[in-house]
Amino acid sequence: MEAASTLSAPGATEGRSFGRQLLGFNIIWAIVGGAIGYAVGHWIGSKIGAHVSSQTDTDQDDVAILLGLLCATVGWLIGLGFLSYPLWRMLGRPATLREREEHGPWRYYRLCTDHKVVGIQYLVAVLFFFFVAGLNAMFIRGELTSANATFIPAGTYLTVVGLHGTMMLMMMSAGVLGPLGNYLVPLMIGARRMAFPRVEALTLWLTVLAGFVLLSAILLGGFPTGWTGYAPLADQARGGIDAYLVSFALIGISLALVGLNIITTVVTMRAPGMTWNRVPIFVWGLVTTSILAVLAAPVLLAALFMVVLDRTIDTSFFLASAGGSPFLWDNLFWFFGHPEVYILALPGFGIVLEILPVFARKPLWGYRLAVAGMFGVALLSFMVWQHHLFVSGINANLRPFYMFTTELISIPTGLIFLNAMGTLWRARIRFTVPMLFALAFFFNFLIGGLSGVYLSDVPSNVTTHGSYFVMAHFHYTIMGGLVFALMAGLYYWVPKMTGYKLNEKLGKVHFWMMFVFFNLTFFPLFAAGLLGMPRRVSSYNPDLHSLNVFVSAAAFCLGASMLVLLWNLVWSLILKREPAGMNPWESRSLEWQLPSPVPVHNFDEIPVITSGPYDYGVPGAPPVAELKPRVVAGEGGAA
Amino acid sequence: MSSGAAIADRPEREPRHGLRIAILWALFTVVVAPLVVLVVGPHIPPLDRSVQSHDQHVVNVTLTALVVPVVGLIWVYFGYSIAVFRQAKGGAIVDGPPMTGDSRIQILWLAITSVIVLGLATYGTVGLFGSSHGAGGGQGANPLAKPADASRALQIQVIGQQWLWTFRYPGYSGVETPYLVLPVGRTVAFHVTSLDVAHSFWAYELGVKADAIPGNDNVAYVEALKTGSFQIRCAELCGLWHGHMNTTGRVMTQAGFAAWIAATQRAYAGVTKYLPPYSRVYYPEPLRRAG
Amino acid sequence: MKGRALGVAGVAAVLVALVLLYLFDFLVVTPPAVSAVPQNGTAHLTLQTVPSYGHPPDPDWVSYLGRDQNGNWQHTTIYKVPAHTLVTVTIYQFDTATGLRNPFLAQVRGTQGGVASLNGKPFSVLNPDDASHTFTVPDLGLSVPLSGVADDAKNQCSVAPCPLTDAHTTITFTFRSPGPGTYRWQCFVPCAAGFIFGNGGPMQAIGWMDGEIEVA
Repeated sequence: MEAASTLSAPGATEGRSFGRQLLGFNIIWAIVGGAIGYAVGHWIGSKIGAHVSSQTDTDQDDVAILLGLLCATVGWLIGLGFLSYPLWRMLGRPATLREREEHGPWRYYRLCTDHKVVGIQYLVAVLFFFFVAGLNAMFIRGELTSANATFIPAGTYLTVVGLHGTMMLMMMSAGVLGPLGNYLVPLMIGARRMAFPRVEALTLWLTVLAGFVLLSAILLGGFPTGWTGYAPLADQARGGIDAYLVSFALIGISLALVGLNIITTVVTMRAPGMTWNRVPIFVWGLVTTSILAVLAAPVLLAALFMVVLDRTIDTSFFLASAGGSPFLWDNLFWFFGHPEVYILALPGFGIVLEILPVFARKPLWGYRLAVAGMFGVALLSFMVWQHHLFVSGINANLRPFYMFTTELISIPTGLIFLNAMGTLWRARIRFTVPMLFALAFFFNFLIGGLSGVYLSDVPSNVTTHGSYFVMAHFHYTIMGGLVFALMAGLYYWVPKMTGYKLNEKLGKVHFWMMFVFFNLTFFPLFAAGLLGMPRRVSSYNPDLHSLNVFVSAAAFCLGASMLVLLWNLVWSLILKREPAGMNPWESRSLEWQLPSPVPVHNFDEIPVITSGPYDYGVPGAPPVAELKPRVVAGEGGAA
Repeated sequence: MSSGAAIADRPEREPRHGLRIAILWALFTVVVAPLVVLVVGPHIPPLDRSVQSHDQHVVNVTLTALVVPVVGLIWVYFGYSIAVFRQAKGGAIVDGPPMTGDSRIQILWLAITSVIVLGLATYGTVGLFGSSHGAGGGQGANPLAKPADASRALQIQVIGQQWLWTFRYPGYSGVETPYLVLPVGRTVAFHVTSLDVAHSFWAYELGVKADAIPGNDNVAYVEALKTGSFQIRCAELCGLWHGHMNTTGRVMTQAGFAAWIAATQRAYAGVTKYLPPYSRVYYPEPLRRAG
Repeated sequence: MKGRALGVAGVAAVLVALVLLYLFDFLVVTPPAVSAVPQNGTAHLTLQTVPSYGHPPDPDWVSYLGRDQNGNWQHTTIYKVPAHTLVTVTIYQFDTATGLRNPFLAQVRGTQGGVASLNGKPFSVLNPDDASHTFTVPDLGLSVPLSGVADDAKNQCSVAPCPLTDAHTTITFTFRSPGPGTYRWQCFVPCAAGFIFGNGGPMQAIGWMDGEIEVA
């Protein structure tokens, strides 16, 4: 199917000297380009801003900051070499195609179109920003050990809260799509690459840039709005909010592009014999996630752009006294925001349903139902967003309708539990580290999902809206759900991606610490919310002091468990490096039939798929694919 | 490459796993549900300082009671599976039976969850429009769940601003005060609005929560049942002192309230004449101060 | 393996250094405090409000300043007063009037006698349009509006700290400090030029128009 000639371009450039590598397009020049771009954009913006009274009066030039960040993005991309291919082609010269390099560690520091390299780059980036955001969480809990006296001043505290929330949401939205999606989707469907390799690399580098742009908010005065960026507070805020707006917009673009890439790849590039019935459930999870990403992210971009206009050219989209309305932001943001949380949840469903059959040694029970459930969740997620606004003064006629749709979405979500229960029935469970995380996912997501039932019921919502109950709910579903699933996916697939085993003992220590301390941290927060503690506060009722101290202590231990993970990764992947072998988990799935790490061209020949990946226990089941198919004239293989 | 490993030799009669799980589940429900309802239930906030908070409390306890069998099913099933359906130690990996699905179970599950969901939605709607008259939540400018005596309710405007709550009593010469006092046993209609950004008026013990959005008149009804003080907090991030925008309100007897409001009108007579006329929403000018 | 271990240790050291920099250089930065000067059983706090701070790279915003025990003006809004004491506050107000968003805050509240003194004359309610700033401690029920300098006054101040020869109004009031604790205070006049609702920038920044009273 795939011509071999695209694999190693003529004049492949690996093996260049260190100095030559250093001078070529790579992340160092991206940073330089970004800095130059920021300086140029800032200068142009300040010249424009000098004529806008709101910019000169505030002594804070949003036009300069925003133009600076925009030009920094362009400079960043130029420094990585994204312009070189179109530029050479426009000049009529053959492109050097250095991005198709196949060997050497320098590939990981520049634009590389090998989906496996992009997957690993994504993994490092996502983990890095995950730890940065987690560190901010530790500081938040540190501040909350005292009911009143502050060791972080009130304004800085809000920036820390916003950094934690926004960084986590940004990175975890791409947390599975990026690393595991890019690496595994072509392998699981029997393709040699993703449909749009250069776009794939673009999404990665935009994500990395977005993380650093968000961190630059620290230098711009911080931002007081938290991750939800409510206008009109966002219109009023200091320059740090411009960093929030730009970074979130970059992530929105990146999400939409990742989604397009995954959908196109799965629809058009499945190997012969891979009927829709044989597509792994993990891929289905990513396809439904991608549909959400493609449809919801542009709405976020529009909303963020409106805030930019309000802050720079004095429009009044969200200012009631000038004809706008704060409800416009509320609705636009949550129209994106609710599908966003399913962008977070659906990949988690895909991972655990993919892992359960392997370690239960049984087929995935109710495969079609699982797929239908995922599509049901995706469809319904667009119809529930007003449940974030039940007490906000929306039209009272809307509340029963959105209560109904929100309750309704628990039906397809519950189907995932049915699939798991069916798969575990009379199974032969092996308690490896990925399986432990996958089982813990169901424990956590149960609590998270059921607390959602309270929030969806309007009278109960009046008790709990805007309080720590909501915090506990979404930490149970996102952290207890997605992050635990991501851990399961990490421990499961990192041996395939790197070729090295992750230490089992350290993994089990990490699991038990994380599971126990996660529950000890977040379960009491349901009580804190019911006892009257609002969200995003650094000072609270002194009656809740002991509760908060307990939660903070548990949170510090949870942070320590992440350090165990970090140590495991460093020890196993950098220091010890014990080879994992081709199929340490004895999985039937297609990616496990390839060497670890997967060679550059993935498959020697495009395989022909002969059965589904979950045929455990089927007597005489053929292997999932023929890796060296005999191509007979006339046998096309239905796609 | 792994081919289908041997299926385990099973004893002639498979233990009745389903029956065991059902029994354990029933035991769990029968033991835990009363514990939850009778021991934990009475302490689930909010308590009964107002009609609305009492109704929220009943809803919360009911939901908690309904949650018990669901939690029980999942915990018992997963716990049993983890304990019983294990791979034997040592030796080659053995596969389980190749079950891929059972449409009867799937349809049954879908039917049961649909019934539960419809029931919950109905219960919630009934609760919203029933005796709680909106359950203390902000219903916007045209509330639907109104008490019968809504037209005779005491109107109190709650004004949120960065970072202070003030309260205007339109029926008492529009006097504005930073203290919230209500009479006991009388329906009060809060008109919650803001002068700048989004806040959220949360009178914790009264069970009232209504967002203060500039340009919006958010109405919430409450009828306090007991005298005493209650906490007021802001439940929507509004900037620097969001977490410090706290004050204490009081519910007094009707006579006490009358005395208080008269004294307040006298104390603030000097500034009341400077206040803008009472209005459902305010649009303070200008939007941006010049330098 | 030795080389890689060294590499890991090096990267870890750099990351730890960055974290410590973040913690101590950004998070726990505490501004200096100014203490009230004790005199004859009362504590005296002297403050000034300026229309523009005028010291780049800090923004050119309205700000409060406090006078320390040596008579020097400090750019801080953290003020220390002793507990359960009468505190007399003198504010030299150099800014022009902006007007209150909520005229209710033109009422003097929480002071001794319920009045404050403006240029020597007692008042209990200010015309809201004349207000330039307020000094409000919500948790103590203390609020005093500060009258603005006339727009056409000569000798208006442009760089802090402002000398008393520049046009200003003087407001004094006395209140009794509570028990030990930290109480936030803020200005309620939307005086942040250019920001939406006048409430951004300095109005949301400790050290400018917001601060804390530390009662010891």
